[in-house]
Amino acid sequence: MPVKAAAQIVVVGGGPAGLAAAASAAECGKRVLLLDENPLPGGQIWRAKNGTITAEAEGWRQRAQAAGVEWRGGRQAVAAATGQLWLEHAGGVEVAAWEELILATGARELLLPFPGWTLPNCCGAGGLQALVKAGLEIRDKRVLVAGSGPLLMAVAAFLRQQGARVLLIAEQAPAGQVAAAALHLPPAKLRQAWQLRRATRGVPFLAGCWVEAAEGRQQLERVRLRRGVRRWSLECDYLACGFGLTPNSELGQLLGCALTAEAGIAVNRWQQTSVEHIWCAGEAAGIAGVEAAWRSGEIAGYAAAGRQERTAPLLARRDREQQSSQRLLRRLAPRAELRALAQDTTWLCRCEDVTVGEARPYANWREAKLQTRCGMGACQGRICGAAARFLWGWQINAARPPILPARVGTLAQAAPAPSISTEVTV
Amino acid sequence: MPNSPVWDIAIIGAGIVGCACAAAAAAAGLRTAVIESQTPGGGTTAAGMGHIVVMDDSPAQFALTRYSQLLWQEWAPELPQGVEYSRCGTLWLARDETELRLAVAKQQAYRSQGVPAEMLDAGALAAAEPKLRPGLAGAMLAAEDAVLYPPAAAKFFLDRARAQGACLIQGECAALAEGGIKLRDGRRVAAGEIVLAAGAQSTGFMPGLPIAPRKGHLLITDRYPGWLHHQVVELGYLRSAHSLAEDSVACNLQPRLSGQILIGSSRQYGATSAAVEPGMLARMLQRAMDYMPELAQLSSIRAWTGFRAATPDKLPLIGAAEGHPHVWLATGHEGLGITTAPATAALLLAQMTGTPAAIPAAPYLPDRQPETGEAHA
Ligand SMILES: Cc1cc2nc3c(=O)[nH]c(=O)nc-3n(C[C@H](O)[C@H](O)[C@H](O)COP(=O)(O)OP(=O)(O)OC[C@H]3O[C@@H](n4cnc5c(N)ncnc54)[C@H](O)[C@@H]3O)c2cc1C
Ligand SMILES: Cc1cc2nc3c(=O)[nH]c(=O)nc-3n(C[C@H](O)[C@H](O)[C@H](O)COP(=O)(O)OP(=O)(O)OC[C@H]3O[C@@H](n4cnc5c(N)ncnc54)[C@H](O)[C@@H]3O)c2cc1C
Repeated sequence: MPVKAAAQIVVVGGGPAGLAAAASAAECGKRVLLLDENPLPGGQIWRAKNGTITAEAEGWRQRAQAAGVEWRGGRQAVAAATGQLWLEHAGGVEVAAWEELILATGARELLLPFPGWTLPNCCGAGGLQALVKAGLEIRDKRVLVAGSGPLLMAVAAFLRQQGARVLLIAEQAPAGQVAAAALHLPPAKLRQAWQLRRATRGVPFLAGCWVEAAEGRQQLERVRLRRGVRRWSLECDYLACGFGLTPNSELGQLLGCALTAEAGIAVNRWQQTSVEHIWCAGEAAGIAGVEAAWRSGEIAGYAAAGRQERTAPLLARRDREQQSSQRLLRRLAPRAELRALAQDTTWLCRCEDVTVGEARPYANWREAKLQTRCGMGACQGRICGAAARFLWGWQINAARPPILPARVGTLAQAAPAPSISTEVTV
Repeated sequence: MPNSPVWDIAIIGAGIVGCACAAAAAAAGLRTAVIESQTPGGGTTAAGMGHIVVMDDSPAQFALTRYSQLLWQEWAPELPQGVEYSRCGTLWLARDETELRLAVAKQQAYRSQGVPAEMLDAGALAAAEPKLRPGLAGAMLAAEDAVLYPPAAAKFFLDRARAQGACLIQGECAALAEGGIKLRDGRRVAAGEIVLAAGAQSTGFMPGLPIAPRKGHLLITDRYPGWLHHQVVELGYLRSAHSLAEDSVACNLQPRLSGQILIGSSRQYGATSAAVEPGMLARMLQRAMDYMPELAQLSSIRAWTGFRAATPDKLPLIGAAEGHPHVWLATGHEGLGITTAPATAALLLAQMTGTPAAIPAAPYLPDRQPETGEAHA
C-alpha cells in the first residue's frame, strides 16, 4: 500500500512562489505540506551549485519551518484528482490528500527549433546553467549564449564565473527594443542588470542577432549567426539558447483549470484558479520574474488559508512587478524570422522522431499528434508543443495523466478495495 | 447555395467506421461526402486499442469479426507504415485447469469455423511470453489476430476515399433535413442517402437508438522493444458473471511496433466525464500486474479514456434506420469497431446497392429482434 500523506493545504513546487505560499499559509495556522521534485527547496533560481541552496532560499526555508510547514523533497507530482495527488519518489509512491491545493510549479524554458537544435551540446540557456550546477565541467569551454530575455545575461554571468569562455551574448530582439526595455526597468532591476553586465564585461552583447543553425558531425562544432543582412559562423563547444519561459501548467490542466492566452494557469486577484480550492502562484500562472513569484505566493498562501484580508497590502506590489515584467517581455517578443528557420527536415519532436515537415501539413495539434505521434513521447509534448504553438499558433491544452513519466506501479496505487468483476474488454 | 453538389451519399462521422464506409462507397462509384465536426479519426477511434480480433461472444459476432479480419488481411499489403499493422496473434490466458478446459472448447469452436487456433501448455506459454507470472495453466493462441494504430487506419480509408473523389466536409451535423443534412452553422448538405456513423455520439443526433456510451481507460508505456510479443488477454471472463451493469476491468496487453505497451482495459456504464479516473485506472493496472508483475516497474507516459457505443446484444447496427427513409446506420460497434469497420462498410454498401453480401446481414440489421445474448462458444 502507498504511504498516505494528508494536509489541509498542499503546495506543489518549492521555488520562490511555493516557499512563500507554504510559509504564509502555515503562519495562518494551517497544516501545510510543501513538496518538490528536487531534494532541496529553492526552485530554479535559488538553486546553488552541487546540492546547496542560496541565502534567500534558506531564509524562506527557515520561515516555513518555523511556521510548521512539512517539507517533502524528491517527490514528483505525476497525477491529480479532486482532493488527491500522486507523488512518485525514488523509493515508491505516496498519495497526498488535500483540501486546498496551491500549484507553484514554475516555468520551463521555451526552446524553438532551428536546423541542428537537437545536436549534442546544444541546450537551453537555463538548461546549460542547470547542467553546470549539477556538475558539468564548463571551465575553458567556448560557449555561445543566445535566444532572448533577461535570463541570457544571468546565465552568461554564471557561466563565466564558472570559468567558461563566453564568446557572445546574442539577443534576438532589435537593439531599439532592448534599449527601450532597459529604460523602463524599475531602479532595482536596472541595478541588477548593470551588475550582470559588469560580470560579463568583455563579452560582446549583440541585440538583433540570432542563431540560424547549429552544425557539427557528432556534436556541436559551430553556430551560424545572423544580424540584419550579416551572416557569419562561430566555432564553439556549447550553445546555450533559450527564448524565455513558458508556464508549467500541466497539473492545472489535469484538474480542469482554465488557461490564459499565454498558456499559464488563469487566476483571479487572489491567485485562485477557475476551479474551487485550487490556487496557483508564481510562474505557473504567467512569467513575471522572481519577485512577482514570491509575492504572488504569499497572496495565494493567505487566501488559501482563508485570510484574504492579509493580502490587501500585498496586491499592489505584485501587480507592479507583473506589469513591469510584462512590459519588458513585450519588447522582447520573438521576431518573425525565427518562424522561418525550421526546415522540413528539422526535428520537431525528439521523443518520437517527427520532423517539422511531417507535422506542418496538419490543421491543428490534435490532428498532428494523432497522425505523426509528435508530442506523444516521454516528454508529453513539453518541448515540441510549445514549439508548435510558436510556429503555427496551435493551441496546446490536453494534458493527460501522468503529466511526467511514472511507473505503472505508481498509478496502480490508491484504488478503493478491489471488488472486481472481470469481463473480456477488448 | 445554388451550386452546392448533391451527393449520392453523405456520411456523418469520420471515425474508422465512417471512413471505411466512405472508401467503400467511393470505390463503388458513388459521389460521397463525409462530414466531421472534429478531427477525422479523433473520436473513439483515437482512444481504441486497435486489436484486430476474432471474438466469439455470439455466432453473429464470430462471423462478423472473422469476416472483417480477413478483409484486413486483404488490405494489409496496401497499408502505409504508419498504420503499424502487425499480425502478432492473441494469447488467451488460462489461469487454472478450469479455464484451460474453456480454452480448449474455444479452440475447437475456432477450428470448426476454419479459424487457426493452437493450445499452449504452461511451458510453451512461458516461453512465448516470459514476463507472464509463473503458475498460469496455458493459453489459446489465435495466430491470425493482429494489431494496428487506429487513427492512421482511419486516415488510410479517408485518403482512399478522397483519391476516388470523396470529399471531407468539416462541420457539425445538427439535424436531418429534407433531402439532406443541416449543419450547425446553417449550411446544408444535399444527399440522396445518409449514413449515420457518429459512434457513441449517434444518439445525440438520433435519440432513441439503443446505444449507451461505455467508458474505457487505457495506459501506454515508454518503449520496451521485445518485452511483449503477443496481444495478451485473460480468459477469466468466461468464468466470472457477465455483468452489463457493473464496472469491470480485465487484463489486456498490446505490444506496439514502437516497443510501447498498451495496457487495458476497463468498462463502465453511466460515466459521462471523459476524465481519467484514478481509481478505475488503478484497478485496471492492478489486474494487468496480476498477470505480469514486472509491468509495475515500466515507465508509463500517458493514460486516456474513450467511449464505446454499446448495444444491448453487443452487435453493431448496420442497415436502414427504422422510420427514417434514406437514412442508414453504421454504429454501435462497442469494443470492436476497429476490427469490424471493413466488414461494416462491405455489408452496408451491399444493402445500399442491392448486391449480395459475403455473410448474412440479418443479425446486424437495426430492426432485428433483440436477442438476450448469452451464447458463449
Ligand atoms: C531553467 C531556468 C533557469 C532560470 N534561471 C534564472 C536566473 O538565473 N535568474 C533569474 O532571475 N531567473 C531565472 N529563472 C526564472 C526564475 O526561475 C523564476 O522567475 C522564478 O524562479 C519563479 O519562481 P516559481 O516559484 O514560480 O518557480 P520555480 O522556481 O521554477 O519553482 C518551481 C518548482 O516546482 C518544481 N516542480 C514543477 N513541477 C513539479 C511537479 N510536477 N512535481 C514536483 N515538483 C515540481 C520545480 O522542480 C521547481 O523546483 C530561471 C528559470 C528557469 C526555468
Ligand atoms: C478503451 C477502448 C479500447 C478499444 N479497443 C478496441 C480494440 O482493441 N479493437 C477494436 O476493434 N475496437 C476497439 N475499441 C472500439 C473502437 O475504438 C470503436 O468501436 C471504434 O473506434 C468506433 O468507430 P466509429 O467510427 O464508430 O466512432 P468514432 O471514432 O467515435 O467516430 C465518430 C465520429 O463522428 C463524429 N461526429 C459525431 N457527431 C457528429 C456530428 N453531429 N456531426 C459531425 N461529426 C460528428 C465524431 O467527431 C467522430 O470523429 C476500443 C474502444 C475503447 C474505448
